[in-house]
Parts: sequence; structure tokens; C-alpha cells
Amino acid sequence: MLRPALVAIGAFFTLMLLYSFGAGAVSYISEPPAATVEHEFHLPPKEVAFSFNGPLGHYDRQQLQRGFQVYKEVCSACHSLKFVSFRDLQQIGYNEAEVKAIAKQWAIKTPDVDPATGEMSTRDPVPADKFPKPFANNVAAAAANNNAIPPDLSLMTKARHHGSAYVYSLLTGYQPQPAELLKKFPDAATPPGLNYNPYFPNLNLAMAQPLVAEGQVTYTDGTKPTVDQMAQDIAAFLTWTAEPKLENRRSAGLAALVFLAIATGLAYAAYQNIWRDKKH
Amino acid sequence: MSFPWAEHYTPKAPVMKWLDERLPLPRLVYGAVGAGYPVPRNLNYFWNFGVLAGVALMIQIVSGIVLGMHYAANELVAFGTTEHIMRDVNAGWAIRYAHANGASFFFIVVYLHIFRGLYYGSYKAPREMVWLLGLVIFLLMMATAFMGYVLPWGQMSYWGAKVITGLFGAIPVVGEPIQTWLLGGFAPGNAALNRFFSLHYLLPFVIAGVIILHIWALHIPGSNNPTGVDVKGPQDTVPFHPYYTAKDGFGLGVFLILFSILLFFAPNFLGHPDNYIEANPLSTPAHIVPEWYFWPFYAILRAFTFDFFFVPAKLLGVVAMFASILLLFFLPWLDNSPVRSGSYRPLFKKFFWFGLIPCVLILGYCGGAPAEEPYVMLSQLASAYYFAHFLIILPAIAYFEKPLPLPNSITEAVLAKHGAKNDTDSRGLTPGAVPAE
Amino acid sequence: MASVEHIETETPVAGEGVRRRDFINIAAVSFAGVGAVAVVLPLINQMNPSADVLALASTEVDLSAIQPGQAIKTTFRAQPLFVRHLTPDEIAKADAVDASSLRDPQTLEERTVDGKKQWLVTMGVCTHLGCVPLGAGEGENKGEFGGYFCPCHGSSYDTAARIRKGPAPTNLMVPEYKYTSDTAILVG
Repeated sequence: MLRPALVAIGAFFTLMLLYSFGAGAVSYISEPPAATVEHEFHLPPKEVAFSFNGPLGHYDRQQLQRGFQVYKEVCSACHSLKFVSFRDLQQIGYNEAEVKAIAKQWAIKTPDVDPATGEMSTRDPVPADKFPKPFANNVAAAAANNNAIPPDLSLMTKARHHGSAYVYSLLTGYQPQPAELLKKFPDAATPPGLNYNPYFPNLNLAMAQPLVAEGQVTYTDGTKPTVDQMAQDIAAFLTWTAEPKLENRRSAGLAALVFLAIATGLAYAAYQNIWRDKKH
Repeated sequence: MSFPWAEHYTPKAPVMKWLDERLPLPRLVYGAVGAGYPVPRNLNYFWNFGVLAGVALMIQIVSGIVLGMHYAANELVAFGTTEHIMRDVNAGWAIRYAHANGASFFFIVVYLHIFRGLYYGSYKAPREMVWLLGLVIFLLMMATAFMGYVLPWGQMSYWGAKVITGLFGAIPVVGEPIQTWLLGGFAPGNAALNRFFSLHYLLPFVIAGVIILHIWALHIPGSNNPTGVDVKGPQDTVPFHPYYTAKDGFGLGVFLILFSILLFFAPNFLGHPDNYIEANPLSTPAHIVPEWYFWPFYAILRAFTFDFFFVPAKLLGVVAMFASILLLFFLPWLDNSPVRSGSYRPLFKKFFWFGLIPCVLILGYCGGAPAEEPYVMLSQLASAYYFAHFLIILPAIAYFEKPLPLPNSITEAVLAKHGAKNDTDSRGLTPGAVPAE
Repeated sequence: MASVEHIETETPVAGEGVRRRDFINIAAVSFAGVGAVAVVLPLINQMNPSADVLALASTEVDLSAIQPGQAIKTTFRAQPLFVRHLTPDEIAKADAVDASSLRDPQTLEERTVDGKKQWLVTMGVCTHLGCVPLGAGEGENKGEFGGYFCPCHGSSYDTAARIRKGPAPTNLMVPEYKYTSDTAILVG
């Protein structure tokens, strides 16, 4: 009794699915899905040779500091970095006094309660503080940015596929909308207030090109601040903010693998040893 | 225990004797995973995965308890405490990555364990109860993994919770009240996050309990083996310890190497970038997918695109998805071929390797792909085969198949493999020489 | 067949081979043990204070706003810290006591920084069972010795925050601190 019932259920599902497949295939052939503008013009991120690429790559501290400078002078006006603390900057080569000075001179102040009056007020950040947010909340951020909320950058390179290359490609990918695109998809013209960028998933983003000209920041280490260089540096810096423990992780991993390789070799020898007399 | 020649526990140290007389725990362990459990001598490496699944559960419980010391299940801070673990807690990044990737490895070894059972007929009499309890563990694992994925409160966490609880919304009449009850609100929020955390902490211990039943049920008939032939006598078995503890030790080493490669060098490979964006109820990710281990079932869910009279496609998909797991509970009675091992079933073997395995892989691939053509059509074909395989083909094979001749005993099969005539110690080796096995 | 050793003896081979095989088994088990320890260490270490907690391990206090006779309550390492600006009268009262007669003999000099005798910096944690004593806030009960009074079990501290009466065994703890300027200290 059970088996025929189960077979009947199986037959129902199978036939239902085969029917759906047939109907889907017919409509797929009779009216193939229309090409979309994203499908045709979206580009995968460019290849970039970062120092931290590959399983054993390391961060370049100089580059991270340059990237931090780009964040400070260009990005930080709109984008928060809310999971990173000033004290974390010691990991990219600043000393304690420098971190203290960076925190104290930070343009955006840390919100606090005035200890005398109890009113909301602000104070200079200290190394233990997270980077203060440029906007008090999302409503303020949207109001100041034409209804687009600038995302937090702490985890940006982990929140996108191939994040480091994505950030670099996006920052260097602004361009006029290709004529070919407009010819093929006349309705897909970039709306006013948005900017065309083939590395952005839907091709048009609210952020205007942030890195526009060589020399926009002045690097203290003498590196030439081309747009390409600045884009690479900020991408590297944001890779560090997203994964500050990358180097610890890789060196721990190397030690673990060496240990496990030996231990597993020994385990295999012991296994063979114990089974020596038993055919199996 | 099951076999009369099983070794009995005789405590050596006085303290063990003292303990054994008052609480026979050493005796229990000895009989369960010690020298007192006779195991077929011919198990291959596929039999490693049960122990590895147990190890994976232990990794999850230990790392999870530790994460629970730092995590806070509150929608305002959950994402932030997760980042706190990753940045500030001592070795927090390692513990969290171990937990996230540990879940994946748990499913990898359990899927291999299940497929071993499917191929070698471990679900058949007299081991039906082992199989059923294993499926209960699998269901509990799925629930635990789903709720765990919600906890970091990223975009995929939030929308996963919304979509999966939305499945219950497909049930006519009572569906929506059930969904609201599950969430403790009209959308995932603090109430849902807190109860998911509570249950996510509880269920692994329930799993551990069911595992004890699973092993208990296993010890009644004893382990199956690659020939599927019953154990006939002491010559067919070896004691679990040291023979299989040694083999499992080696298997564990290999497992840990693969686990470490992922954990230390590609910890986000199996994750989804969107879960590094904090949950936002006002913005849906472009492409909602569950974790990879749910992809085959997700593909079945999405394969139903047509209403069946008054039954909407959504409900059909939900029913089919649950049915795809529930039907496995009937497997011992669907496949009534008297031969257990797929190695001696030519027809079964063909359908297994060229039907079921590709079908599940295709389903997995389509489940992770966007809901567009040709993936939907592919998953419809593969889902059709999935149901046909278990509910139609397997019962049918049992009638039409002519099995290959079975060996008379495990020992005979082993000796045939080695081409030897007797089972005595084969070595005429010089002392210290490495045996050539 | 109970153990590894048993199997070895079942098929006796000349000593050299047995010892080497024993060695392999022992080495394998030892490696597993070392690995287990290597895993347990970080699991224990994760309970130590995290980086954000350690970053708050020192507190800066601005003394300029505290008038003589006043005290402020602030926090140091998530516990109350009392900073008290002693009046000449309070200093005299503290100095008048013979330190050797006290339960925890200490002079005011020993409890303050040289030349800054008027600034008494102590933890606001009673040394009895860890309650927060009264006396730092305006109008709070300062106890019969004019310092601090713990309401839990009635310990009274004098104007140098030394234990004078009640169950507390020692004086209120003076944390490590240094003057970063004339009117600011860094505690911790």
C-alpha cells in the first residue's frame, strides 16, 4: 500500500516538472530572453597586481598609509569607516603619538555628552574611538547626498566579489556612456544625477568620480599621486580595513599546514603499521 | 553487543576497576568505539566520514560556545559584535572563520556519509533505524545551520530568514500566522534574532543526543561494509581500536589539512559577499541565495513554475522541497532489492553514478545560480530525475535487476582481492622490513 | 586484541623492528596531543581582554575644574575612580594621625605624588567586598572620619582614604598615575 502511494507521488512530481520543463523550453525557444543592458555592458573588475594577492602576499605598509591619506582627504567627507578605530592605524605603521595626533586633528568629531550640561556635544576623537561617522544617521546622509546613502567602507572589499580589484576598477572606470550602448538601448541613458561606470552592477551610480586629477592628494613618501596610483592605494587600504588580520591568518595557516602535514604523515605510518598483518 | 566474540572490558589500572564497578563508563566507551566493537575488516575510506562528522560537530560546538561569549543577539549590535570578534577579540578571527567554514565541512562530510550509505545500501534491513536517525540528524543540522546563518545579521542573514520563513507562508490558511509566529513579528527583527540564537545554541546538543542514538542503533547489527555481506564470524572483523581508530586518525589529518587550507587561505570562498553588508530591511540583495549546502533543495523549490489547478506553484515548490528530504525516510522500503552493496548491482550502479550523482550536482549548481533560464529548465529536469530516481526507478530496479554473485563472506572477498589462499599472517618478511601491503 | 601493545606481541619480531613501530605510534599520538594543545591555547586566550578593552586601559582626568573640598567620580578600567581636591584642613587632619597606629599604615605623602599632596586619587572600590563608597558626591555621607563611607558594611575611610573603622582590610587603592601637565593626570 505504501509503495504504490509513494510511486504515485513520485510520478506526479516528475510529470509536473517535466511539463514545466517542456513549457519553459518552448517559451525559451519561441521568445528567448531579451538581452539586458547590464548583461551586455557590465565589465568584470580589472586585473591589479596588489602586494597582498596570492596565498602568501603581504600588505605594503607604505601603500596602506598612502591609501589612508586618500581616505582621509577624499572619501571620509561622505563615507564612514565605523568598524575601524584610530588605534588600529598602529598596525599600518603609525606610532602611538602619530595615531593620537591623527585622532585629535580628525575633521569629524566624536559625538559625546557634555559632562557639565548633559547636552549632546562633540569632542576630539582619541585613539580608542572608532572613526566618527560623517552623517549622524541615514536620513541625514541621504538628505545631503541627493537621496543616495554613501555606504560604510570598513568591509567594502569583502562585501563585493573581487573587492580590492572592484574598488580600484570602479574608481578608475568612470567614462562617458558609450554611443554603442545608447544605440542599442535608447532607454538606458544615464539618468541625471547619476554617473556611468561599467564596473558598477547596474552601470549608473550616484557617486560622482571622486579621484579626478593627478596631485589631488600630496603623498609624503614622494610617490607620484596619479589617479591610478591613488585608486590602487585606497583599494589596498580598504582591503586592510576589511581584513586587518590577513597577515596573521596566513602565517598561522602556514604553520598549521606544516604541522598537519607531519602529523598526518605520522598518522598514515601508524595506520599502515597497525594494519600490517591484516588484509583488508 | 552484537557479536559473541566481542572483547569484554577488563580494567587494568585499579582506578579504572574502581570506576567500572561504580559507573561503567569505561566499559561503555570500550564497547562503543574501543576494542570491544568488532567491525568488518574490509571498510574503505568512505567509512571515515561518520567519525569525521562527529569531529565536525565538536568543532562547531566548541567554536560556537566561544563565539557566544562575545556575540550579542540584538539587531542593533549583532553585526557590530561579529566585527568585534573579527578585529578585537584575541584569535577571534580564527574562531569565527573556523565556525563558518566548519559548518561547510560538517555538511561536506555528512553528504559523503549519506552517499556512502546510499551506494552501499546501509539504509537496508537491519539498519533502517540507523538511517532514520541519521536523517533526523540531517534535518536538525539544516535547521541549526539556517538559524546560525541569520546571526551575523548581514544582508543574506536577513533576507534568508525572510525568504525561508516565507516558505511557511505558502501553506494555505494557517501559513501566514505561522510565519508571523516563527518570526515573532511581521518581518525578521529582534524577536526572531533572539530566538534563532537560543535555538541555534540548543540544537547542536540535541544533535549530539540523536548521534548517541544513531551509534547505539548502529551497534545492534554492527557496521555495514563494502560488500554488503553480513559478518559470519570472528575472521570477518577486527576490533575498532586500534584498527579503525588508526585509520580514522589518518582520515582526520587529511580532513584537517583541507579544512585549514580553506580556513586560513580562503575563509570567505564559500560565503557570500552580501553578508558583509549589514542587514537592511529596505534593500533586497540582487540575488538571494542560501549557503551552498542548501542549493540542491533551493533549486527544487524554484523548479515549480506552474500552478496545478488550485494549488499555486509556490506551494508546490515548498511541498516538493520538503518531500525531497522526507522521501529519504521511506528509502528502506522503496528499494527492496535483497542485495545491499551497489558494487553487486549493475543496474543500480549505473543509475547511481550516471543519474543520481549528476542530478544532485546539477541541482546544486542551479540552486546557486540566478533564477533565470537556462538554470530553471535545468533544475526542472534534474528535479524530475531526483523524484523519479527515488520513487520510481529504485523500486523498479529491484524487480528487473540481476545482481552479480555475492562473495560467501567478507573474508572471502578480501582474500579474492589479494589473491591469497589463506588468512594467516602472510609475511615471510625479514625483521624490520616494511610490509608490502 | 585490546591494545596496540597486544598486537605487537602477538606477532613477535626481532626487537629493532618492534621498537621502531612503537616509536611511530607514540610519535603520532604525541603529535595529536601537541596539536590539541595548540588549538586549546587560543580558545583560552580569547577570554582575555580584547583589543578595544585594552585600549581603554588608561584614563585621562582634567583636574582644573575641581575646587578644594570637592571630589569627582570618574571611571578607570570600568570601575569608579575618585579624585579629591583636599582642603588644607583635611590635609592637616590626615597628617595628625599617627600612621603606625592604623590598620593599613600609610601616610598621606605615601598616598599622593610629591608636591601634589592636595590631590588624592583612589579607586572608588571598597576593599571589603567591592561596593562603591559614598563621599565623593556633593552632600553624600562622608562617614565619621570625613573621607568616604561604605554603605554596604559600614567601612569608614578618613580624608586620606585610609580605612579607620569597619570590616575593610586595607585603604582604598591608589592606582598608578602620572601628571601629564600641572592640571591633568593619566591613570593607568
